[in-house]
Amino acid sequence: MGQIKYEMPPEEILSSGHFACPGCGATLTMRYLLKAVGRRTVLAVPACCWSVIDGPVPYSAVGVPLFHTAFETAASVSSGIKAGLEMQGDHETTVVAFAGDGGTFDIGFQALSGAAERNDDFIYLCYDNEAYMNTGIQRSSATPLGAWTTTTPRESPKAERKKNIVEALAAHRIPYIATASVAYPDDMIAKIQRAKEMHGTRFVHVFSPCPPGWKFEPEDSIRISRLAIESRIFPLLEIFDGVEFKLSHEPSGIPVYEYLKAQGRFKHLKEKDIEAIQKRVDEEWERLMAKMNQAGRPADRKNLRPSHKATARKVTD
Amino acid sequence: MNDEVKRGSVHPSIDEVLVMEGTHAASHAVKLAGVQVIAAYPITPQTGVVEELSEFVSRRELNAKFIKVESEHSAMACCIGASMTGARVFTATSSQGLALMHELLHWASGSRLPIVMVNVNRAMAPPWSIYVDHNDSLSQRDTGWLQFYAESNQEVLDTVLQAYKIAENVLLPVMINLDAFVLSHTSEPVAIPKREYVDEFLPKRQAQFKLDPDDPHAFGALLGPDAYMEMRYKLFQAMEDSRELIRKVDQEYGEMFGRSYGGLVEEYCTEGAEVVLLTSATAVSTARIAVDELRSLGFPVGLAKLRTFRPFPVDEIRSLAERVGRIGVLDRNVSFGATGMIYQETKAVLYNAPVRPKVFGFIAGLGGRDITTETIKDIFSFLMNHDTPECETVWVGLNKVHGEGGS
Repeated sequence: MGQIKYEMPPEEILSSGHFACPGCGATLTMRYLLKAVGRRTVLAVPACCWSVIDGPVPYSAVGVPLFHTAFETAASVSSGIKAGLEMQGDHETTVVAFAGDGGTFDIGFQALSGAAERNDDFIYLCYDNEAYMNTGIQRSSATPLGAWTTTTPRESPKAERKKNIVEALAAHRIPYIATASVAYPDDMIAKIQRAKEMHGTRFVHVFSPCPPGWKFEPEDSIRISRLAIESRIFPLLEIFDGVEFKLSHEPSGIPVYEYLKAQGRFKHLKEKDIEAIQKRVDEEWERLMAKMNQAGRPADRKNLRPSHKATARKVTD
Repeated sequence: MNDEVKRGSVHPSIDEVLVMEGTHAASHAVKLAGVQVIAAYPITPQTGVVEELSEFVSRRELNAKFIKVESEHSAMACCIGASMTGARVFTATSSQGLALMHELLHWASGSRLPIVMVNVNRAMAPPWSIYVDHNDSLSQRDTGWLQFYAESNQEVLDTVLQAYKIAENVLLPVMINLDAFVLSHTSEPVAIPKREYVDEFLPKRQAQFKLDPDDPHAFGALLGPDAYMEMRYKLFQAMEDSRELIRKVDQEYGEMFGRSYGGLVEEYCTEGAEVVLLTSATAVSTARIAVDELRSLGFPVGLAKLRTFRPFPVDEIRSLAERVGRIGVLDRNVSFGATGMIYQETKAVLYNAPVRPKVFGFIAGLGGRDITTETIKDIFSFLMNHDTPECETVWVGLNKVHGEGGS
């Protein structure tokens, strides 16, 4: 990825003075999102860290219209916003639902599934910090196996796997799904720009580190994001029409231990726990690679479906 | 109702008179109002509204986007989003669906959005019931929505048109309620106004505050204790202001279309009445017959139709109180641990009034049990034979209840 030549849009639409914690992945995500979509955008933000980060009345840091909405309504409000704009002759504005993992994986999942089934025309960006961070680090269905949160204490850390939201959305056969990371802003911006050029429901899943929630120092946000990707915990990929899987970056496959040990939320894990997590990550990776291979079969769309080895392609291709 | 239609003397505003169910009266009004975004989820007995609107949209008789959502919760969320862009929006629901929307009813009024919703009044489960009572909408009384209750299908159509004008002026959402089956599935003649009249009465919505990339603002952000209360006061004040507007719009509507409904309260045979029944929705049309009969026998009875529950008609009820000795309130709802809700509110507005008649509370017609002229006459008989209420609530027509003597 390091060798991709990509020009970052120079305009900073997100202003300083917002209320984010130092090292906040969600705020980097907003910054890159706005660079990618530009000012002709409307944001719908449900209850999440960004309900606070954007600032209290009368402040706003985002430079585009932002509607604060109820926890479970990011998708449904966005459907309405798009319909309202369209009916008044505005076909240009990009509508973006900008929600955390709780509002996406859990309480907002029904509305998201409904909008995706209707293929309503907006981008849904989930910044996934893997727990209810705004309320003080409670487990969500995006919290990974073994993680500490305030509702999964060290004595009984989360016993369930993280919900695979990307595959759940792929099952809806929406036109575009991408995963992205704040460690690779060029990749994220390119994917959001690709999403912007498309119509229908587009889903962008961003791995969003949270220093206070994951227990690490703010300056390590980017390093930890890289470790998640290189250890194959969080694959960077694109899915077209729910069926064409495309890997954006071939990770080096470092041991998950490297990623886990960097964060206080995994400090309690024993060697056997880490082995179990490694095993699960390996299995998931194999399953994902099988999908990449499978996707190469139909001859008429071969060019979109590279073989396993060749999947480490740049999203800017 | 609609005497012109009965008599056949047609008002110039009338395009045609069609025989239709209450749900279709609602969808015809939505078409005439030029609604731009509809989001709705089907629930018995509201389905006629959304089915006909689907046809209007697919036949391009109505240029709207109809979002066929996966729940009532999302229906209201879509309406909120669309209304925030300045579009004119509509939804319809009933009972459980309205209850599911509850959180977002607050969101709509707090955002000061002129959303118009038709609610077909249906009893809350369990046990399952698809028949009329008013607990669904009255349970939403503190959400900041105006609430109208219609007596006829014509009034449904006319009130939807009035509602957009009121909502877009005071920036509050409006709920128009009609009784399940008694109106929703009963066919009546309905005068359909000509489009040019409607366009003149109800011009396009002009939203002052909206989601606009050329003028970006954040809406609904955190607000501390220093100003939240003032926002609530402004909402309260808007609801207060709506009283005069409701009267004005109803009058204006009457001048233009030849039909009006008395603003917040319509009085019927109250002149010289000593005993007046206050009630709402279709029970009113039944009560009109009972009052006519009793009047012809010489009994000094009258009727007051509560057209709006929010805002609650304080002045109208106090004015009535100055002229009558006893008011009976017929509630098609119950607040457990208290009484019927209209009864509570009526007593509340009279407590500080200069003249306070005796107020009697009656509960009848829950879960679709018929309220007949006999029911109404029983209530009048009770009122005429009691100087003072002996208990807070009289359940009318209650069968024997297991484990307890019925009354």
